Amino acid sequence: MTIGPPLWLLAEVTYRCPLHCVFCYNPVDYATQPEELSTDDWLRVLREGREMGAVQLGLSGGEPLLRDDLEVIVAQARRLGFYSNLLTSGVGLTEARAAALKAAGLDHVQLSFQDSTREMNDFLSHTRTFELKNRVAQIIKGQGWPMVMNVVIHRLNIDHIGRIIEMAAELGAEYIELANTQYYSWAFVNRAQLLPTREQLKRAEAVTDEWRRKLEGRMRIFFVAPDYHEGKAKKCVNGWGSMFLTVTPDGTALPCHTAKMLQGLSFPNVRETSLREAWFESDGFNRYRGTGWMKEPCSSCEHKEEDLGGCRCQAWLIAQDAEAADPVCRKSPHHDKVLTAVARAEAGVTEHPLVFRDPKESRRLAGAT
Amino acid sequence: MNAASLESRPRIGAGFRLQWEPAQNCHVLLYPEGMVKLNGSAGEIMKRCDGQRSLGEIVAELESAFDAKGLQGDVLAFVEMARKQRWLAWE
Repeated sequence: MTIGPPLWLLAEVTYRCPLHCVFCYNPVDYATQPEELSTDDWLRVLREGREMGAVQLGLSGGEPLLRDDLEVIVAQARRLGFYSNLLTSGVGLTEARAAALKAAGLDHVQLSFQDSTREMNDFLSHTRTFELKNRVAQIIKGQGWPMVMNVVIHRLNIDHIGRIIEMAAELGAEYIELANTQYYSWAFVNRAQLLPTREQLKRAEAVTDEWRRKLEGRMRIFFVAPDYHEGKAKKCVNGWGSMFLTVTPDGTALPCHTAKMLQGLSFPNVRETSLREAWFESDGFNRYRGTGWMKEPCSSCEHKEEDLGGCRCQAWLIAQDAEAADPVCRKSPHHDKVLTAVARAEAGVTEHPLVFRDPKESRRLAGAT
Repeated sequence: MNAASLESRPRIGAGFRLQWEPAQNCHVLLYPEGMVKLNGSAGEIMKRCDGQRSLGEIVAELESAFDAKGLQGDVLAFVEMARKQRWLAWE
């Protein structure tokens, strides 16, 4: 098969974050991987990525604004011709910082909100950030950036979805992404509390459709359906090693931002390996490209080209086998585990209180796995 | 915004960026977290939409560059479509 260029480069510049979100997708053991790439490393990664044909750059984390060299990284991105997207909680985006990033050439800011109400936002992120986020939304608009809002949806906020959409429209967002939680990392730890019921989901979809009609031409609404409830696997990152290349804070090159959890698979580090070599030649990137690695029920499935077997991390987390069919698929022999998780959520069964992301919990969870 | 006329001076829409990508051998239009690959004629039209040239001038330039006649209808149809997508804007 021909391997195209990584069109999307996701630079996770730090795992440090002032928030403590219960659905965070950073690895649960992030606190044990403290060493971050230097400014020069990042400038080189961007150059190598651009030479390979990458066009979109995501600056993510953690909270990327905690890197005080972010402006230098953005300026390099602009010089090279990337379209740069800052994915932020907004904490640290002052007027002065926004102006400096604009001057450096930042193209777009995606602001995440936890919920529409102050109480829920602050509870879910374990901080007092709601008013700050409202202020930051105005700063983003003031710089003339297109404003995209992202809200992670789950059982504790899904019933507020109408209010969330309304708030985004009031803040002048052009686009809102209502992303149902994907159950990896911290969200997997908290899955029992976060999985919505089928009834909640149905209602939320109806409310979203209503708002979509009401706001047509003003704000676009994108609803990312949760795969647990659908019985259908999704093509993860548009195909393993086909478009997306993530570089983690410590320099590990990954086909998706959670792939490091897959045991028995090694991924190169950009401190020692060029991005080109990582993308085209490493075992980590080549292992699940295409369909040749599949086993049953995927290998003979008529949908295998459409979903490429779904998500390897989900297979690993639920079936403890990275080569299994994604267990959210009805054909998976492990699908009952997904159904059980949804049924338990419907029944309100929880094993432990919500675990908020923080370094102490991270070290505890790292020891436990 | 008025319907496209030969006097309209279209520019690339806010939040979009047009650039030539050697790796893909085409013009692309970049926007938040996404990209549209443009075919040859779309690229030729879009790269002239700088807010300075009028559509009349753009049509004349294209007809001369490609030694063609009667491109006006196609160009107007394209820019109307592009405006609906917010790729282009004009007063």
